Amino acid sequence: MKHLLSIDDLTVDDIETLFGTAAEMHDVQRRSVKKLPALRGRTVINLFFEDSTRTRSSFEIAGKWLSADTINISAKGSSASKGESLRDTVLTVTAMGVDALVVRHAASGAAEQISNWVDVAVINAGDGMHEHPTQALLDAYTLQRQLGDLAGRHVVIVGDLTHSRVFRSNVKLLRKLGAEVTVVAPPTLMPSGIDAWSKEAGFAASWDLDEVLPSADAVMMLRVQRERMQGGFFPTPREYTVGYGLTRGRLSLLKPDTPICHPGPMNRGLEIAPEAADAASSKVLDQVSSGVAVRMSVLYHLLAGEEVA
Amino acid sequence: MSAPIVVRAATLPTGERADLLLREGVIAEIGTVAAGAGAEEVDADGLVVLPGLVDLHTHLREPGREDAETVRTGSRAAAAGGFTAVLAMANTTPVTDTAEAAERVFDLGRAAGLVDVQPVGAVTRGLAGEELAELGLMARSRAGVRVFSDDGRCVADARVMRRALEYVKPFGGVVSQHAQEPTLAGAQACCHEGELSGRLGLPGWPGVAEEVIVARDVMLARHTGSRVHVAHVSTAGSVEVIRWARGQGIQVTAEVTPHHLLLTTDLLAGYDPVFKVNPPLRPEEDTLALREALRDGTIDAVATDHAPHARHDKEHAFVDAAFGMLGLETALAVVRTAVPELSWEEVARVMSANPARIAGLPGHGRPVAVGEPANLTLVDPEAEVTVDRDASHSLSRNNPWHGRTLRAAVVGTFLRGARTHG
Repeated sequence: MKHLLSIDDLTVDDIETLFGTAAEMHDVQRRSVKKLPALRGRTVINLFFEDSTRTRSSFEIAGKWLSADTINISAKGSSASKGESLRDTVLTVTAMGVDALVVRHAASGAAEQISNWVDVAVINAGDGMHEHPTQALLDAYTLQRQLGDLAGRHVVIVGDLTHSRVFRSNVKLLRKLGAEVTVVAPPTLMPSGIDAWSKEAGFAASWDLDEVLPSADAVMMLRVQRERMQGGFFPTPREYTVGYGLTRGRLSLLKPDTPICHPGPMNRGLEIAPEAADAASSKVLDQVSSGVAVRMSVLYHLLAGEEVA
Repeated sequence: MSAPIVVRAATLPTGERADLLLREGVIAEIGTVAAGAGAEEVDADGLVVLPGLVDLHTHLREPGREDAETVRTGSRAAAAGGFTAVLAMANTTPVTDTAEAAERVFDLGRAAGLVDVQPVGAVTRGLAGEELAELGLMARSRAGVRVFSDDGRCVADARVMRRALEYVKPFGGVVSQHAQEPTLAGAQACCHEGELSGRLGLPGWPGVAEEVIVARDVMLARHTGSRVHVAHVSTAGSVEVIRWARGQGIQVTAEVTPHHLLLTTDLLAGYDPVFKVNPPLRPEEDTLALREALRDGTIDAVATDHAPHARHDKEHAFVDAAFGMLGLETALAVVRTAVPELSWEEVARVMSANPARIAGLPGHGRPVAVGEPANLTLVDPEAEVTVDRDASHSLSRNNPWHGRTLRAAVVGTFLRGARTHG
């Protein structure tokens, strides 16, 4: 594994190896001295073409705890609008002498394109509406810590599927791990071609959240982007909440202790009620701490000279 | 005037073999031509001779983007592709929306002297879709503009489209529509909307965005009694609408690009912007419908939509990269590869006679017959050529055919009896 661009790059063995290392890193997080020397002298650049607080910080902490030199570069705004091609921007940054690029870009496919232009490791930290593989890894890692083996478990993913890279990476990863997946959204927020895709990939798609929740072993709520609220995808936020929000009322449909995930930032009162976000079964903060461990594991396996599996 | 040329033992589109004597710009003799003093001999044994190809849809980028293509380099690529006339689209900088701008492109073409460059005029001023450009003055100009198009943008306003269709009638003009309802194709839309775009997370636009405009425009053509031309038809649904309109006697013509006959949307899986084009590559069922429509005459013509781009305009993230691909040099071979069952007479019809008729170019698209202009293309029908993007005469390299092996090759082109390629 040279890059981590997509969940497609990973075998089940790779995933298990990454989770095993993540568990070790998780233990390190609890120590008072958290730094490991594994990546001393290596340079990791967080090249963020799109705003991000949590993902960038998570990668930054992960790199620092492995003793890598981590540098954040914010290149917001499309390079096209600045007159520089994406390739030139990336080659310029890489020429400074780096070992890995952690790339966030608003355009789907950007990380894969970049990986074709450079010979350093590229980690996709979210490309447009396409994938966010480390988010999916941390979600599955979090769930696995509570539920054990995810094979045969029913995971329900709810929200703006069309525009969600989190959904796309998660559905791939969960299927690889043998989980049953149902995705729920109004028709206007279902990706085009979902019928053919879900059939081929072996997951279910539904417009009816209430019908799906009682059989859920885990629920992942997706953020509704603010710009979608004016985009004509649904009439009003209120109507969205009634149809697709994890409301206080819907909590009673869940089996006891069903883990609730959200990649953040949450729109409390829109897609997730405070009673759900703050429930004892909410995994929102566990996801954040798992995120650092999983990203440490990814950086370690890509950069420490060890092949995953 | 160049020296006489004897094209020896060529195969005519009908399949007969004959010599052709090209003299003073016309085909002077067909049959057995005696070796004459001063005549240049061209051995065409095993080669097919076609009327010079005519491209209804070329982007030459001059003025404005001479780093991507010029009238001269585009003309050279056209001649290498077997073309003797090309229609140069209006979306240059400045836009071809005045008589002066049209004459400038026309004159640059004549100065290059490799193909007849016929400017297309914009339908609306600045391609803005709001006010009609000076259609009549462009028609009266030395360039004699007859085809009008806002290509790259759709004339989306039904009132503007109606007025344009009506206004060009006195001078025999035709509006070539880039059919794409903008409210169904968002600002970021960059590919066909379907299962693959859903998986890749790429914003797309569905076939229906094209089809609703085609449907609207054929009804406007019926209402106004005008003729409308549909540029680069890309969906099976558009074909159905055009077929129906033809049956109603509505004056509608249509073109398809070589790439929409053969390339499919699954090529986008690697996010390579060389495959980003407008209209987008569609699923295989659309390509099959387009081939059928070309065979049965529902689609009149093949047009390249040759769209050169500087390398740096393609080296962006997929949604930010420029739309378009090269096409002039490979068009005939792609048609041959995609629709091998077309006879050479049918190839001559869809790549020469029909486009010349639609464009109103009386000196082109004529039969290979005595007395006709010596605009001719020689094709090696047995050639198999692996496309090398670096071997192009274009200034640009956004060639989606790079590395593919195609059937048939253009080996010679003659414009009014003068050799322009080969």
